[in-house]
Amino acid sequence: MRLLGDDILTEEGEFIINMGPQHPSTHGVLHLKIWLEGETIKRVQPHLGYIHRSIEKMSESLSYRNFIFATSRMDYLSAHMNNEACALAVEQGLEVEVPQRAKVIRTLMAELTRLSSHQLWWGCTGLDLGAVTPFFYAFREREAIMSIMEETCGARLTQNYMVPGGVMADLHPDFQKHTKEVLTQIKDKLHEYDEVLSGNVIFEQRTKGVGFLSKEDAISYGCTGPMARASGVSCDIRKLKPYSAYDQVQFEEILDTGGDCYARYMVRMAEMKQSVSIIEQLIDNIPEGDFQAKTKNVIKLPKGEFYQRVETARGELGVYLVSDGAASPYRIKYRSPNFSNLSALPHMAKGAKIGDLVAIMATIDLVIPDIDR
Amino acid sequence: MFLKEYFGTIYKASKSLLTGMKLTGYYFFHPKEIQTHEYPDNRGTLKMADRFRGEVIMPHDANNEHRCTGCQACEIACPNGTIKIITKQEIQPDGKKKKRIDTFVYHLELCTMCNLCVVACPSDAIVMGQTFEHSVYDKKQLKKVLNKPGSKLMEGVE
Ligand code: SF4
Ligand code: SF4
Repeated sequence: MRLLGDDILTEEGEFIINMGPQHPSTHGVLHLKIWLEGETIKRVQPHLGYIHRSIEKMSESLSYRNFIFATSRMDYLSAHMNNEACALAVEQGLEVEVPQRAKVIRTLMAELTRLSSHQLWWGCTGLDLGAVTPFFYAFREREAIMSIMEETCGARLTQNYMVPGGVMADLHPDFQKHTKEVLTQIKDKLHEYDEVLSGNVIFEQRTKGVGFLSKEDAISYGCTGPMARASGVSCDIRKLKPYSAYDQVQFEEILDTGGDCYARYMVRMAEMKQSVSIIEQLIDNIPEGDFQAKTKNVIKLPKGEFYQRVETARGELGVYLVSDGAASPYRIKYRSPNFSNLSALPHMAKGAKIGDLVAIMATIDLVIPDIDR
Repeated sequence: MFLKEYFGTIYKASKSLLTGMKLTGYYFFHPKEIQTHEYPDNRGTLKMADRFRGEVIMPHDANNEHRCTGCQACEIACPNGTIKIITKQEIQPDGKKKKRIDTFVYHLELCTMCNLCVVACPSDAIVMGQTFEHSVYDKKQLKKVLNKPGSKLMEGVE
């Protein structure tokens, strides 16, 4: 045994490489330290903190209206759901009733975000596994959704559209028309996704049986979202504890028992279809009325603790809010889906080849800023 | 039996590759169907959405008048100290002193385009502009003063 530095222990024949923090397939600044023997992975150790911005601590000095904007920058691909979780937590404390219209708008926006997030993931998964073309097809549909966001919310990625009491602005007059166009486009093109990637022999060989995660492990590592559902864990908050308008729509929770990369891929592909169906059910039934409930200018929550869970595109986001009665939160804790999902990576990657690690990371669908916050 | 399986796999694999290649081939010969914008070239025709949040601006009318009363609601609403409002006392024609805005300092480099200041403003004095090409060579240029020199408060805005 050789000793290199303080924490790096290598055995004879072992080899350490660093993947990231500037590696293109880590999708951000994740740093993985990998112990290798030949090409086989013996151990993986994620090193975090490269994009830590102290969002939780920062929120303690901001008012209940102001802290929400920062959550768009945690999981930037699910910005709407993050904002929604915070808004719901504050509303829980305020005990205001959100107007029906705002609830439906929130659900529509969340599902559009989920679609666009899964599309980006699909493109990147192809890219990571050596198929460059899917990326452009995915971005074709994603761009259409982004235009809708831009039109109604004013921004493409960090919308800050959900505010305590409802949404910030009413829907754009063209929202329904454009959303229907996008839905038609997506339904037209989803079969292309299958043709170019799902059935592809190279893709199948690189994902089937790779990165297996059993149901027990998924539960014990605290995995949520499509990743846990691919291992057969039923954990969709939209079904288990419906919020906003999810109790008014019919949809299926997609479950798979494969537990490997291919199962995770298939779960997300099927989720896209479910999202399309949810939007279809709601788009013609947006109730009239206010888009925001009346709230006081300075929001003060009663003393106590509030917890709200939502389903983002990557899993369960929990917002734990402690109030001491002042105008800003006493403590905020985010239970971010990516952090827990990442914790299963060392287990899944053990014994895999180094090329498989890229496939595993691609199908976990990590967003690094959400891990560090 | 083994041979049949062997060739079956080869057949299936090549078929899957050809299916994908058929699709990519289709788009190769129909380049118009892929939506990409050639950004710097389409600058002349590019139009951002009305609500697009590019920067905070303060509209002035033809008489160089704005609607900002200097109430500082936007400064309080801003989560990261982007706005600094400096007020002054102005003597009105009737002899009374009134608080008026002196400089509205806006740090574009800090702004997160969250729209909270625009929502908070009680007299609709600031709006979001649609510009998005903000890069400059010197950081100092990002600090802007939104009220134009010599501008006044619009009549009837309190
Ligand atoms: S848009 Fe947000 S960050 Fe920018 S000045 Fe307004 S409140 Fe501050
Ligand atoms: S911009 Fe609006 S909120 Fe800000 S000081 Fe002027 S009037 Fe008040």
